[in-house]
Amino acid sequence: MSLLAHPTRKDEAYRYADLDALKRAWSDLANAHEIVVAAGQRDSHVLLANTEAVEVHRARIVIEAGASLDLFALNGATEYGRIEVDVTVCEGGHFALSAANLGGGKATQEIVTVVRHEEPNGTSRQTVRSVLGGAATGSYLGKVAVARHAQKVDGEQSVKAMLLDRGATANCKPELEIYADDVKCAHGASVGELDPDQLFYALSRGLDPASAKALLLEGFVLQLWDEAPEDRHEELVEASRALLRQVVA
Amino acid sequence: MLRIDNLSATVADKPILNGLTLTVPAGEVHAIMGPNGAGKSTLAYVLGGRPGYDVTGGSVSLDGQDLLAQEPHERAAAGLFLGFQYPVEIPGVSSMQFIRESLNAQRRARGESELSGAEFIRLARAEATELGMDVDMLKRPVNVGFSGGEKKRAEMVQMGIMRPRFAVLDETDSGLDIDALRIVGAGINRIMRAPDRATLLITHYQRLLDVVQPDQVHVLAGGRIVRSGGPELAHELEREGYAEVA
Repeated sequence: MSLLAHPTRKDEAYRYADLDALKRAWSDLANAHEIVVAAGQRDSHVLLANTEAVEVHRARIVIEAGASLDLFALNGATEYGRIEVDVTVCEGGHFALSAANLGGGKATQEIVTVVRHEEPNGTSRQTVRSVLGGAATGSYLGKVAVARHAQKVDGEQSVKAMLLDRGATANCKPELEIYADDVKCAHGASVGELDPDQLFYALSRGLDPASAKALLLEGFVLQLWDEAPEDRHEELVEASRALLRQVVA
Repeated sequence: MLRIDNLSATVADKPILNGLTLTVPAGEVHAIMGPNGAGKSTLAYVLGGRPGYDVTGGSVSLDGQDLLAQEPHERAAAGLFLGFQYPVEIPGVSSMQFIRESLNAQRRARGESELSGAEFIRLARAEATELGMDVDMLKRPVNVGFSGGEKKRAEMVQMGIMRPRFAVLDETDSGLDIDALRIVGAGINRIMRAPDRATLLITHYQRLLDVVQPDQVHVLAGGRIVRSGGPELAHELEREGYAEVA
C-alpha cells in the first residue's frame, strides 16, 4: 500500500472510504504498526478506534512459522474510522481477527484486511460484527491470498451486520485469491435486523425497548472479546457497551 | 384480579378472538383448554402485548389497571408474567444477566431498590435448585442449547425469581416428560399459589392439571369461552374430546 498519493475511489481497498475525511487525516497519518510474532510465539494485540472523530489505524503483521496472533479491533469512530491490517502468515502460523464496527449518525467505518498465506499449513479466522444505526456505513473488505505452494491452508471469514435504521448500510466483501489446490477457505456473510421474537421476549420480561435492544446487541457483539487478553477485556467490553448505547439512542 | 371483557383481536387482519370474557380472581388458578387454532396462544400474546396481535374490541384489566394501554415492559412491571410456549434463545447473553437486568428494570419501574449481584445470585440459585436445574446452566446464553424440557424449566426459574402477581403459562407442559412435569407443576404451585396471585394455564392435556389443580376450567373455541366448569370439566374433555364437549 503506497502512501505517496491520496487513494481514490478506484482503489479497491478504498471503495467505501470517506475520502474527504481521509484527506484531512492524511498528513498526520501515523506509520503502520509493525508487528512481528516470532516463530513459535503466541501474541495478542488490540486496535481501538473510539476516541477521535477520524481515526485510521494500520498494522503490518508477520506471523512467523508456528506462531499465532489474536487481533482484536474495535471501530467506533464517529465520523470516519478505518482499521487496516496486512498480515503475512508463515508455515503453520495462525491469525485470528475479532473485529467490530459500531456506528451511528453519519459515521463511515471500515475494516480492511489482507491475509497472505505465503506458506503451507497456516490458518486464519476472521470474525467481524457490525451494528449500524442512523445513516452510518460499515464495511468489511477482506482478502485472503494463498500462494501456490501454501497447501493445507485453512482460512475462514464470518461477517455479520445488524442494521438498526433504514438509512444504515453494511458492505461486506470477502475475496479469495487462491493459487494452491489443497486449501480450505470458507466465508459467510449476513445482514439482518434485530430478531422480533428475541425483542418481544426481552420486553415481556420487563426491559424497556432501549435496554432490550442494547442487551440483544451486546449478545451479538461482546462474544468477539471472549478470548481477549485479560487486561484488555474489560476495556473492550465497556467501550463496546458505550458505543452500542450511542448507536441505539 | 384479571378481568377480560368481550375481547376481540386479529392477527394479520384475521379475527382470532371473538368476544372473549373471563375473570380470574386473586388466589385462583384457571385452565384454558381448547382445540388447535382456537386462539389460546393468541390470547397469551394479546395479554403480553406482542406486536402484530391487534385488539379490535373489549378490555383487559389487571388489578383494575387497563392492561391494554400499557407497553409490554410496563405490563411486566405491573406483575404480569408470560411463560412462552417456545422460549426464545438469545445467543451471547447469559441467563443470569438477562434475568437480573429484567428483574431490576421491573423493580426500578415499581420504585423498588435493585438487587445486588450477590442477592441476585442467591435468589437464582435457590430457584434453580427448587426446579431441579443446575445453576451453572444459568451462566449459559439464554435458552441456547437447552432441550425443550430444559427451556420450560428455565421459564419457571425466571418466574420464581420474578414472582409475578399474574402468570399466563402457554403450554408450559408441552415437551416435558413425566418427572419434569411433576417438578414444573410443583413449581407453579409453590410460586403462584398465594392469596394475592393468580394464574392462567393454557394447556392441551389433563396431565398438568393433575398436579396443578385448577379452580376453574374454560374451553376456548372459535375465539371465545364456550364452556366453563370445575376441574371435572378437564376430565370430561380428556374422555370425550372437544367436539363433544364444546
